[in-house]
Amino acid sequence: MNKKTNTEQGYWRLVWRQFRRNRLSVVGLLILGLLTLVAVAAPFLANDVPVYMVKGGKSYWFPNVISYQELEAANFYSTAMRWTPGEGEYALRPPIPFSPRNQMLLDNKRGPSAKHWLGTDDRGRSVAARIVWGSRISLSVGFIAEGISVLVGIFLGALAGYYGGRTDALIMRLIEVVMCFPAFFLILALVALLPPSIFTVMFALGLLGWPGIARLVRGEFLKLRESQFALAAKASGLGDARIIFRHLAPNAMAPVLVSATFGVAGAILTESALSFLGFGVPPPTASWGELLSQSQHLVGSGIWWLVVFPGLAIFATVTAFNLVGEGLRDAMDPRLRQ
Amino acid sequence: MKAYLIRRLLLIVPALIGISAISFLAVQLAPGSPIYMVLLSGRGNGNEGADTQKIIEDTKRLYGLDKPVPVQYALWLGRLAHLDFGNSYKDQRPVREKILEALPVTLELNVLSILLIYLISIPIGVYSAVHRGNKIDNALTVLLFLLYSLPSFFAAMLLMLLFCGGEYFNWFPAFGLHSLEADSWSWGRYLLDHFWHLVLPVLCLTYGGLAGMSRYARAGMIETIRQDYVRTALAYGFPERTVIYKYAMRNSLIPIITLAGTLLPALIGGSIIIEQIFSIPGMGRLTFQAILARDYPVVMGTLTFSALLTLLGLVLTDVLYAMVDPRIKYE
Amino acid sequence: MSTNTPLLRVRDLRTQFHTDQGVALAVDGVSFDLKAGKTLALVGESGCGKSVTAMSILRLIPSPPGKIAGGTIEFEGRDLLGASDQDLRKVRGNDISMIFQEPMTSMNPVFRVGNQLTDVIRLHRGSSKADARREAIALLAQVGIPAPEERIDDYPHQMSGGMLQRIMIAMALSCQPKVLIADEPTTALDVTIQAQILELLKSLQVSKGLAILLITHDLGVVEEVSDEVAVMYAGKIIEYSARTSSLLETPRHPYTQGLYASLPSMQRGRTRLHTIPGSVPAATQFPSGCRFHPRCPHALPVCKETAPPWTPLENGSGVACWLHAEAKP
Repeated sequence: MNKKTNTEQGYWRLVWRQFRRNRLSVVGLLILGLLTLVAVAAPFLANDVPVYMVKGGKSYWFPNVISYQELEAANFYSTAMRWTPGEGEYALRPPIPFSPRNQMLLDNKRGPSAKHWLGTDDRGRSVAARIVWGSRISLSVGFIAEGISVLVGIFLGALAGYYGGRTDALIMRLIEVVMCFPAFFLILALVALLPPSIFTVMFALGLLGWPGIARLVRGEFLKLRESQFALAAKASGLGDARIIFRHLAPNAMAPVLVSATFGVAGAILTESALSFLGFGVPPPTASWGELLSQSQHLVGSGIWWLVVFPGLAIFATVTAFNLVGEGLRDAMDPRLRQ
Repeated sequence: MKAYLIRRLLLIVPALIGISAISFLAVQLAPGSPIYMVLLSGRGNGNEGADTQKIIEDTKRLYGLDKPVPVQYALWLGRLAHLDFGNSYKDQRPVREKILEALPVTLELNVLSILLIYLISIPIGVYSAVHRGNKIDNALTVLLFLLYSLPSFFAAMLLMLLFCGGEYFNWFPAFGLHSLEADSWSWGRYLLDHFWHLVLPVLCLTYGGLAGMSRYARAGMIETIRQDYVRTALAYGFPERTVIYKYAMRNSLIPIITLAGTLLPALIGGSIIIEQIFSIPGMGRLTFQAILARDYPVVMGTLTFSALLTLLGLVLTDVLYAMVDPRIKYE
Repeated sequence: MSTNTPLLRVRDLRTQFHTDQGVALAVDGVSFDLKAGKTLALVGESGCGKSVTAMSILRLIPSPPGKIAGGTIEFEGRDLLGASDQDLRKVRGNDISMIFQEPMTSMNPVFRVGNQLTDVIRLHRGSSKADARREAIALLAQVGIPAPEERIDDYPHQMSGGMLQRIMIAMALSCQPKVLIADEPTTALDVTIQAQILELLKSLQVSKGLAILLITHDLGVVEEVSDEVAVMYAGKIIEYSARTSSLLETPRHPYTQGLYASLPSMQRGRTRLHTIPGSVPAATQFPSGCRFHPRCPHALPVCKETAPPWTPLENGSGVACWLHAEAKP
């Protein structure tokens, strides 16, 4: 057992060394790191509530993430943006002092300026704030939807590859049927007909994204099934479930990881496309696709910042995931490794 | 070959039943009842009580919604056999009629795109493979990678912003397939106007597939150039040009041709957004509007129809495959 | 042309590959002559550079990473390394043809064998389609393909390996070349088929006066068909004999001896095969001095320091080994 984990570590170290050689993929990984940071730190980057404030002789740490009862009682949280610190008071505001929901109707459809770095949308909301908070939607939908796909894919692929025969035939037919649908049609129909929520989006994307992974895992299992250690595990009387998930599945993970990385990119792309069509995460939650969709009704008025900034955010994220996926695939390809 | 074709077409049937079941189920899962759509469309003004109840019952009976779900599915499947998808809730027109109106539009867009994808990507791929590692190949690789990750709706909105009137250039039309007054024009001008309208939508549908396909073409050619038989041809005095374009080309095209089958669902999916953005009355827009209106017969019809198209595309791919690769024999 | 003038003259050929691990000296100063009507066997373990030598003659080394870094190759007095691509193409398949180890992968799977054959005939002779086809059928009959009129329209996957190698040979002979380079022509085939193919090569050589450069790792094959033999190790020729039989009777170089001892032989009645310890070193990190010294049972201290000089022996034979050198440092 110990030996096995050692060689496994050795394998991933080798992959990492190979991955690092590809400079573009490393850049992709850095972009993803930055993006994750932005998503996690969104309340500190774009918020109308200060990060630190002194009000009425009392100092508050992180009112942006901790609700203070006395502030709530003073109805502070809904008016935080308008509050200006008086004598002896102080407020340290985030770099973008607006929350994604603050509507400044007098400021609507303004181009980029010192006050609104990336301009405002049709309701006068800060585009910068909405992009920062939108990263949470993109990343969580991307990861969770692809996570569902990976789980379903591994499960069905493992069953098909391990048992073969009729199970395999049945699952393969199912894969064919699902792959025949123009996936986006079906996802759109599902999302449109089910109650609108972020979970519906994740669920629909996840439930239709698994066939690729399932085929991959099936292929790996067909190979692994005949291997020495699978036979040894079987001979020692282990149950099928244990053999499949403890012994075989970890060995099929490398190609799944590559496929899943591209899958996350695809899921993010599809989520933004759904939001663009108005069927993504329901308003008023900020998402990149939703911002871009506003520009649809404003075509011809030259409101370029509603096209360029959210579009670039989607583009950069998808590119970064694809770069990382590409790097991983090359790093794991034994033919390219010398 | 003929026997294979027939068997392959017969294999479609179970897949099609599965597809129709999934699309039927998807619609059944939906909470918003179509009856409310009927009610909203004017026949009941929301009066509470017996009147509304009666209208609901009548509507249910009209659409067969009073029967149990399996019966509904069986009925629908039976009608499906002769391509009868029922009538639209919205305007009572047969779904088949609506689909047959929209289909040529979508087919035109997609066939043009597929042709362009292959016409452009193969030379790019071959060039990059033959000159791999040089500056142009590296630049092409990066460019294609970026295009591959560029969302089509972002590209469409950018192009529209830039080229369709508004603040910047007024080079291309933003809506539809024809100018308003096109009907009175000579056919030459009519056609030109039509192609003018197609430029941006086809561009948006094409570049993504183009990027992917070029990468495949390049990889395929690189793989082929390494083969022993390419060395043989060179050893026998054929010029490199002949070896690449006559011998290696055919070998490297085989895997690329099979990709046409996977291109189709992606393109059809992509045409929802593109048709919506450019207001083109094709299958994508029809589906989208039907989903918006919860017009279930239309949704089920377009879903089933596009899946059927995809299946036929796959069969066509298999046939093409057998035609270009003598090693494959279908018995 | 006098019989002493070689048809193909290779002098100090050096072919290198640029890899991540450094420069691989695949062929490092190889010289030999191929005379009209004779068979020269180039023998050695895989990785010793014999195939690269063969590929270098027609400049078929993939570049990058490969590169012919030096030396000369002359065919009938014409320089091949400096020839224009156009001139070289006229030599390829026409004056010098080649057959390969894997007939299955050396023929294009998506074209009929007949078309691949007639394409070569038409390329070099400009014959019409019908003429080329007639000629191709005659060639197939010559190399022993039964029912050539039918088999000519087969695809490679419809034929056996032995059959395909015959077709490769037909293709090689189609333009009456003067030199045939045969790169492990029988390695991928069954033993019985091997014998048939060797027999075919031998009889064709006699009837057409071909010069054959035979690349092989198999001394048994060498014994059967070759007139002269050169043994390669780690990119260099380490022993050459103008008479195959004399080399096989009295191998001089310890490597040749080891190679010979590892040959299964009925006459010698051995029960266990001898093996040479170790393996051919990677071409990026050859040992200093004599490249064979780490595996050599008779290595002297000098072998580690200095590469042995070429020591000429009787009849134009020679060996590169300190054991046989006249002056030892």
